[in-house]
Amino acid sequence: MSVQALDNANYAKNIEYRDPLKNFHGNMLVYVHWEEHLSFCAALAFPLPPAMPFGALVSEVIAPHYAAHPDAARIDWSKVTWMIDGKSVTPDMGASLEANGMKHKSLVRFWTPGLAGFKGSAS
Amino acid sequence: MAQIASITLLHNDDARPIIEAILADNPGVRVLNMPGAVKLDRDDELVINRASVEERLGRSWEPQEIQLVLISMAGNLDEDDDHFTLSWKH
Amino acid sequence: MAPKKLGLKQRYAHMTRGLDWETSYQPMDAVYPFDSFEGIKIKDWSAWEDPFRLTMDAYWKFQGEKERKLYAVLDAFAQNNGQTGISDARYANVLKLFLTGVSPLEYQAHRGFAFAGRHLRGVGPRVACQMQSLDELRHVQTQIHTISHYNKYFDGISEFRHMHDRVWYLSVPKSFFDDARSAGPFEYMIAIGFAFEYVLTNLLFVPFMSGAAYNGDMSTVTFGFSAQSDESRHMTLGIEVIKFLLEQHPDNLPIVQKWVDKWFWRGHRVLGLVAMMMDYMLPKPVMSWKEAWEIYFTEAGGSLFTDLARYGLKVPKYADVATAEAEHISHQNWAIFYQYTHAAGFHTWMPDKAHLDWLSEKYPNTFDKYYRPRWEMWAEMEKQGKRFYNNALPQLCQTCQIPMGYTEPGDPTTIAFRCSEVDGETYHFCSDGCKDIFDGEPEKYAQSWLPVHQIFQGNCGGATVPDVLNWYRMNVGADNMDYVGSPDEKLWNEWHAGKVRDAV
Repeated sequence: MSVQALDNANYAKNIEYRDPLKNFHGNMLVYVHWEEHLSFCAALAFPLPPAMPFGALVSEVIAPHYAAHPDAARIDWSKVTWMIDGKSVTPDMGASLEANGMKHKSLVRFWTPGLAGFKGSAS
Repeated sequence: MAQIASITLLHNDDARPIIEAILADNPGVRVLNMPGAVKLDRDDELVINRASVEERLGRSWEPQEIQLVLISMAGNLDEDDDHFTLSWKH
Repeated sequence: MAPKKLGLKQRYAHMTRGLDWETSYQPMDAVYPFDSFEGIKIKDWSAWEDPFRLTMDAYWKFQGEKERKLYAVLDAFAQNNGQTGISDARYANVLKLFLTGVSPLEYQAHRGFAFAGRHLRGVGPRVACQMQSLDELRHVQTQIHTISHYNKYFDGISEFRHMHDRVWYLSVPKSFFDDARSAGPFEYMIAIGFAFEYVLTNLLFVPFMSGAAYNGDMSTVTFGFSAQSDESRHMTLGIEVIKFLLEQHPDNLPIVQKWVDKWFWRGHRVLGLVAMMMDYMLPKPVMSWKEAWEIYFTEAGGSLFTDLARYGLKVPKYADVATAEAEHISHQNWAIFYQYTHAAGFHTWMPDKAHLDWLSEKYPNTFDKYYRPRWEMWAEMEKQGKRFYNNALPQLCQTCQIPMGYTEPGDPTTIAFRCSEVDGETYHFCSDGCKDIFDGEPEKYAQSWLPVHQIFQGNCGGATVPDVLNWYRMNVGADNMDYVGSPDEKLWNEWHAGKVRDAV
């Protein structure tokens, strides 16, 4: 253990891990970020069922939450490039999040070719 | 780059004799005026002398009274009955 | 003949030395159980010197005088309806953020120094910690008294204590102090006494408070500078702590360096809130965050760390990254609060053209290129009646707990994502600085109470945003949302219409 505590012997068994999967009522945490569109200041967090199809993540979660951006209506979803937990991937839209290699606290980043934010400013 | 000894004081009537004493006793001191405050900077060392303050104030004055108008400072402090010195010298 | 008055040095020696004793019923280690587990080695506690040589009798005298001066100003401000003379009602929002985010930290500091004073066995530091503990209690009281006057007129202030323990962005300053107070007494002294008080609080209490004066708030500048007069003594204590530890034993250096690195970065992240207050929330700005950073970190910190180099102490890790971020951090933070102001206890707004021009002038390298287009886009949306609010919750950094909105060093168009895996669990960070801190003590930060995750777990009043805001005790429609259309704005406009009528 790297923490230096008054009671090192008992510290480890008193740790309260706050965010294990079991605390999320059957959901897992998923973070999503639209690259080059920083008017959404950070990745967005969602608690989602691991069995949700990736296609539903796109149509029911991602699209509506980014709809306010002027670029949103012009996204060609077939050309979007994806990265899950640091690896470039081509998700299977019909398969579940889990089957697409996602786990609790996975980070999904996506790029929309030709759309680089308001006047190309990445905003 | 020179190390900067610095003191920031309230810009009010209580502090004025101290500010004047600093300006008189510390050649090369630089002044930054801000609303409500004044920052006085000098390379390496800045000194406040009790005698200089008393001369301007017209009464006896202890260097500890500076606490009533002090906002901030930089440098190693050496304080006794006759002076309040901020310095990076060793 | 009258007895000769003792000199300052003699008085200090009499009032601080020989007040302690070696215990006999219990071993000293049992009486002081906290001052050895951190690995710090002290050979001679009597080597401690307080350069201010302040003794308790003089302490009461000076503090009493400071209070008399402060409360005279507060009374005058209230009697003259000073709140109607501030630059603009938007200004009141810095007070809301200050009272909910900073004042409770003063109380935490009071508790922390009381703890350090109890558990360090040398009498010199015990006396200094006792004074600082009392100072911090004075600070929280004077801040509550000052801002209570504004509470009579403006929204978002009344539930500050309740909010501090619950509201998402207030977990940033709260967890900062919880982190320090749950460490041992030496780390606490380095964290708060050195890194925060010496290296960073000037940025809050000097240029920001000067800004309060410039915006017509004589009450806040007075408590601010009154508190800062104590801070000068605290800064001296902070530098004394570090010199003392480094002089006592060479084994202390790597431990102290690790704490300095950690607490510099933790403090830098928390002070990003002040950056936003200075650059965006003062209707009449005085000094940009970047200018303040140059004076108070680059210049003052440079002098300090040059001095400490003789002990082998290095400039904090990532100080260069923090300096580069001074070009960006206020803009990135304002962007966060602008889009989440529906869940915040203060208002945000779109800066007017004169203010945007001021930002362009102060940030010639970054503002027009990266941030002005963002504000222009949002201004356009606002004009179309679609003021931008982000309707999802943001990903938070596991260490600093701020929404992960900071960008890669050298690339302001790409968010910095960092992560660590511990026992199969992933943890996310906004920066290398926050990742290193986590990696240094993963067992501690795995316990972070991250507001977004807590909401999803159902621990914050319910599943919907209104449930959560209710749990925050937020007066929805008054405390939150844009300044434009708020009750604060309506009140301000009435005051000013009244002034014009009276003048005519």
